[in-house]
Amino acid sequence: MSPLTAPAPRAAHPPVQRTVEVVGRRAVDAYVELTLSAPEIAERAQPGQFVAFAVGGETSALLLRRSIAISTADDGLVTVVVSAAGPGSAWLTERQPGDTVDVVGPLGRPFPDPPPGARALLVGGGYGAAALVGLAARLRDAGHEVDAVAGAAGADRLCSVQELTGIAARVAVTTDDGSSGRRGLVTLAVDELLPDAGVVYACGPMPMLRAVADAATARSIPSYVAVEESMACGIGVCMTCVLPIVGEDGRTRFSRSCTEGPVFGGDRVRFDDVGSLPWDVVGADAMGVVAP
Amino acid sequence: MTALDTAVDMRTTLGSAPIPSPVLTASGCSAFGGELEPFVDLTAIGAVVTKSVQLRPRSGRATPRMAETPSGMLNSIGLQGPGIDGLLAEELPWLAERGVRAFVSIAGTRVEDFAELAERLRGVPGVLGLEVNISCPNVESRGEVFACDPVAASDVVSAVRAAADPAHPVYAKLSPDVTDIVSVARAVSEAGADGLSMINTLLGLVIDPDTMRPVLGGVTGGLSGPAIRPVALRCVWQVHQALPEVPILGMGGIRTGLDALQFVLAGASAVSVGTAVFNDPSAVARVHDELAVALGERGFASLAEAVGYAHR
Repeated sequence: MSPLTAPAPRAAHPPVQRTVEVVGRRAVDAYVELTLSAPEIAERAQPGQFVAFAVGGETSALLLRRSIAISTADDGLVTVVVSAAGPGSAWLTERQPGDTVDVVGPLGRPFPDPPPGARALLVGGGYGAAALVGLAARLRDAGHEVDAVAGAAGADRLCSVQELTGIAARVAVTTDDGSSGRRGLVTLAVDELLPDAGVVYACGPMPMLRAVADAATARSIPSYVAVEESMACGIGVCMTCVLPIVGEDGRTRFSRSCTEGPVFGGDRVRFDDVGSLPWDVVGADAMGVVAP
Repeated sequence: MTALDTAVDMRTTLGSAPIPSPVLTASGCSAFGGELEPFVDLTAIGAVVTKSVQLRPRSGRATPRMAETPSGMLNSIGLQGPGIDGLLAEELPWLAERGVRAFVSIAGTRVEDFAELAERLRGVPGVLGLEVNISCPNVESRGEVFACDPVAASDVVSAVRAAADPAHPVYAKLSPDVTDIVSVARAVSEAGADGLSMINTLLGLVIDPDTMRPVLGGVTGGLSGPAIRPVALRCVWQVHQALPEVPILGMGGIRTGLDALQFVLAGASAVSVGTAVFNDPSAVARVHDELAVALGERGFASLAEAVGYAHR
């Protein structure tokens, strides 16, 4: 079966590295939304792209960049939603208005345009929903009908529901524990909304992306997923964030989530093989992995 | 990069090859250079030291490939790369068209692999020289890397020197995971190495306390970053003291100009900036500027005057 998606094209503009000021900080349940005054990043950014932060200051012992999806980029301001998962991201959530941060962006490939006239279904898991806010607005402005599903473990882990409600025609909310919206996984709502969709966009944890992509592909609907792989650099030099991705030529390669993603065709990610080295990945033979 | 240039003469050489700056990228830390173009004037840096290339394309290892550690990181990439054909068709022409000097890192599992790679790179436009990666810990025979055995290391280096373009300086990249790095350095120098790259990563391990299993797909990985800087500096110091006439490309945790200065004072005539690039994509240019200022402040008129100064 030939893929329903083309590989996401490169971004229109190269990234910049800037020291920027935090001009807004808002605690939103389990997350912190930071607003950065970053006009050179905002003007270049396209939905689906991300920024990479240095954390802890110039002498920090935490060397690796923290890559976080851009939520919105308007009027010189870039917003991101940060989840304090470890000491680096916790440092970010503690930034206050007036603080400066070293940020590189916009990075990665943006979400491709939908087919003409297609109704779009956007699916966000946890803080992954933040990455869909700018996309939702762009799609609506381009005349597309937009539906959205936001899911999370619990109510305090939902994200960007209010923003999406203001843009999407229909918004469904699911939580694992039933503390907000319907109890269950996003696929509950996705299965109901998919029949109307001409394209699906998703951002969130890997199992959710897999479920959404599989559901879309089963209905022959193209899907694009923005992955949340951990990255050391964000710019394509470290080779740590690779996933097995089916290329345009039908061959699977270990592709960098940062520069060849984070947006991939949902039917191009070999979800089953993440974390392993299948024999048919280009160059696996040189690693001593042979065909069964 | 020129704005902050001081009066200090920063020119140096890799073997017989002149370069305008003593600060280079480090193999495996800047891919093939192109990704740094938005952040750095690649023509102004000493050279792009490429990710190690092998004869065939390599997928590299399964993920996870990275774990952050105090002031550093552990990686287990497994030399993912396009192979020599891909390098010659894509990356090297891209660099050459822009006038970027490429110091090509080569790797292999057999002596003949290294020699064939050196042969294939003869006369290729833009190639400044070769760094012979005999010390990558992320290969099949961990702990049995060529650089842990003076005889095996010498065999590779002499084969490469014989096969390589005479105009290409050949640098041997050494591992710190040896009992006596001076003996390896002496052996490869006598085998024809024009210089030494020091150091490669140290073999390390991280276990996830939640899963209670090793974090990396490859179990062990190479430790890099400022955490290893004192080890690297010690290696450069010992080798320069024993072999003062052998040029050294110093690397291991360099993040600032003052870090680079320490390597120069210990005996390095050029340095590579590696893991710091992940933290700061403009680090290579910044370290050049900071090093130039630091040398000027200490009264040096040229980089060359400072090389090995701490020994005098």
